[in-house]
Amino acid sequence: MSGHSTFEPQNGFLKWMESRLPIAGLVHSSFIAYPVPKNLNYYWTFGAILAVCLVAQIVTGIVLVMHYAPNTALAFASVEHIMRDVKWGWLLRYMHANGASMFFIAVYIHIFRGLYYGSYKAPREVVWILGVVIFLLMMATGFMGYVLPWGQMSFWGATVITNLFSAFPYVGDMIVTLLWGGFSVDNPTLNRFFSLHYLLPFMLVGVVALHIWAFHVVGNNNPTGVEVKDSKDTVPFTPYYTVKDIFAAVVFLVFFAWMMFMVPNFMGHPDNYVPADPLVTPPHIVPEWYFLPFYAILRAIPDKLGGVLAMFGAIAVLFVLPWLDTSKVRSMNYRPLGRQFFWIFVVVCIGLGYLGGKPAEGGYILWARIFTVYYFAYFLVILPVLGFIEKPKPLPASINEAVLAKHGASAAAEAKA
Amino acid sequence: MATSEREEPTRRDFLYIATGAFGAVGAAALAWPFIDQMNPDASAVALSSIEVDISSIEEGQSLTVKWRGKPVFIRHRTQNEIDEAKAVNVADLRDPQTDEERVKPGMEQWLIMIGICTHLGCVPEGQKGDYDGWFCPCHGSHYDSAGRIRKGPAPLNLQLPPYEFVSDTLIKIG
Amino acid sequence: MITLTKNAVRALVVAGALAVSSAGAMASGEGGHHYVKQDWSFAGPFGKFDKAQLQRGFKIYREVCSSCHSMDYVAFRNLGQDGALGFTEDEVKAIAAEYEVEDGPNADGDMFTRPGKPFDHIPSPFPNVEAAAAANGGKAPPDLSLIAKARAASVGPDVGIEVFNDILRLIWHPLTTYQEYGPDYIFALLTSYEETPEDLKEVVGDKYYNPAFGSGVAIGMAPPLSDELVEYTDGTPMTTEQYARDVTAFLMWAAEPKLEERKHVGVNSLIFLVVLSFLLFFTKRKLWSGVKH
Repeated sequence: MSGHSTFEPQNGFLKWMESRLPIAGLVHSSFIAYPVPKNLNYYWTFGAILAVCLVAQIVTGIVLVMHYAPNTALAFASVEHIMRDVKWGWLLRYMHANGASMFFIAVYIHIFRGLYYGSYKAPREVVWILGVVIFLLMMATGFMGYVLPWGQMSFWGATVITNLFSAFPYVGDMIVTLLWGGFSVDNPTLNRFFSLHYLLPFMLVGVVALHIWAFHVVGNNNPTGVEVKDSKDTVPFTPYYTVKDIFAAVVFLVFFAWMMFMVPNFMGHPDNYVPADPLVTPPHIVPEWYFLPFYAILRAIPDKLGGVLAMFGAIAVLFVLPWLDTSKVRSMNYRPLGRQFFWIFVVVCIGLGYLGGKPAEGGYILWARIFTVYYFAYFLVILPVLGFIEKPKPLPASINEAVLAKHGASAAAEAKA
Repeated sequence: MATSEREEPTRRDFLYIATGAFGAVGAAALAWPFIDQMNPDASAVALSSIEVDISSIEEGQSLTVKWRGKPVFIRHRTQNEIDEAKAVNVADLRDPQTDEERVKPGMEQWLIMIGICTHLGCVPEGQKGDYDGWFCPCHGSHYDSAGRIRKGPAPLNLQLPPYEFVSDTLIKIG
Repeated sequence: MITLTKNAVRALVVAGALAVSSAGAMASGEGGHHYVKQDWSFAGPFGKFDKAQLQRGFKIYREVCSSCHSMDYVAFRNLGQDGALGFTEDEVKAIAAEYEVEDGPNADGDMFTRPGKPFDHIPSPFPNVEAAAAANGGKAPPDLSLIAKARAASVGPDVGIEVFNDILRLIWHPLTTYQEYGPDYIFALLTSYEETPEDLKEVVGDKYYNPAFGSGVAIGMAPPLSDELVEYTDGTPMTTEQYARDVTAFLMWAAEPKLEERKHVGVNSLIFLVVLSFLLFFTKRKLWSGVKH
């Protein structure tokens, strides 16, 4: 996707095709000859792992729809029909349900990798922003997918989340009614969620294509954060990174398979095996685990509108991150102070996730407030100020030099031993 | 040096081929559940055989039951219909079958057929058409009193489902 | 490499702790009761149902539970399928025929009853939820088809500090393939009925005191099991505890009838994937051996 192609058609048909629809050249320049920094570590394989997740979710999803019935009277029973009667139905449904969690595990690692290595900084702002759009679409898709089995958590999760919109003055109630298509979460809600749950993954594919296109224009970032200088810094994507990505993806699949075959309900909630009942609220409503940090932020604010704004703000702030971080240095490897604050930020996010799953009372609330303050301070205070006061470590002149220095050091160490 | 250069590519190639082959087997195995899930599920298979009590069907009457989503005609034939069916010269038929081949021995008053025209899948109407049998209104196929095709576009006789007499008054279809 | 390893350890903590919350969610709501992890034949990567135990459990369901609790998603044919109770086709037919099933409408438009067939689902004790509620003090007894996955006992390492417990359990549960929190809960519930303590008499009222009950200590269900209640013919002890164990195993089967198939396919898939990752690892190393990176 990087414009100029070095692809040379080998036979008559390819030549004929290439002058009409240069798709082979596009694939060649984007996924074969595409030069990639040779020093990428395994955190960079999560892009490919995410592509695998997206395809897996779409394929299992399409197959599940062949058996699922999006109707409040039938939805729960049709999921059980899949689990009990459909050939391999249990496999497909567990793959899809656990696949959603795998998707989010991978995307969180991918996001934190981008945060650590400064992959959001110029000239990769658009890559980053498209990534945040993907994250938002994933959250919407995941949320609506969780509603489809029509269990107790599906129903009450949908009720709570849609009610968030009622916090907005004047238009709130109108929006909520519009989402519901009625006076509460009911059959019309389930139907439209199903429709959108099927639509959004294909929009995701589109935005992912833009995301890939954009970073193929500016090139990959790398652990040093130093831009590629010449061909000594890079290797062609194929075979080097195709094989590395496939290896990493298969290792990830070992983890995935372990979870979906051995503890398939670990990341779900027992209450979702109880059919939805609009008259009985479960004692403790929690969203899926991947929303918990944001759920904690929502509950940390003792004001309805304030909580909702903080929750949406926690994601919105990511959009402007490229302009909040004032440091000239991309990689935290060369930012001694920034690195400390980054790891505190990671702990805070995990802590928020933990607190989101706990009842909103007592000490939990206090910690959630402290963590929420740090979450926003990291983006709005720490990163902007740090750029001016931090003294970064000296950067290597090029990727190749950094690699040689690393190997030189280990070679010297070996020689000493 | 020379030997190691010759050996090196072979060993490497073997590793690549083994990995690729192993991966391909895995991909094929993974594809199977996605295909197999489209086969009839356990609840459909469980309903694939039904039992029908035929004691209440008088001579000259028919009953249509649903089996595997399709109509099955159960016809208690009159002596006249049986005689007509037997009188036909089998060699003249488009899909040659004797009347005996269409019924169970000793139970020839019972004609049990899948009620779907062998032309394009419509349901023929009973005791209509030129041969005292069935007539398909869609494209004008005529079947006789043994359900054999006699006139019109259909290529074959009406199909017989697998069935057996559990007793004189109870049949098991499927 | 050192930074990578350090980062990897940290990343593991990230992934791990992110999911703490789901375990935390699971653990809460069960009150302070101390649940005990039980040994189940179907636990672990190679777990299988004990067919004789499932048959005994089914007997208890039929003779005791089924007078109030439905089992909507289980059909008679399920009893004879692979990884189930081990009944033959004829035994399944005979069991089904012992039930009266409503069918219809017939040609006259009337509903009628007939002996059950293998494709029928186990009939409910009540015609609808309202009738079930009316006959049981206003609250319908829950359907039991999925109960073993819809309830959770909180068990696992206990170091006395909630946060650490949550984190330990988060790692411990997937690592040891612990998924029997439902059966552990049901077993505890069925074996924890006690005399109501004096100070709780008012709270419990005309209900029954059971400290293992998830929502409060007062449960509407009278103690369903007692010694010698159900006749065992295979010499298994006829005690409340044994009954509870057997019926719980049966309920787990009812909730997850494809459990054996899942574990079998799972172990094979994992072996395959691990071998493939090793092959890919060597392929990748070979490929990159000429490139300093």
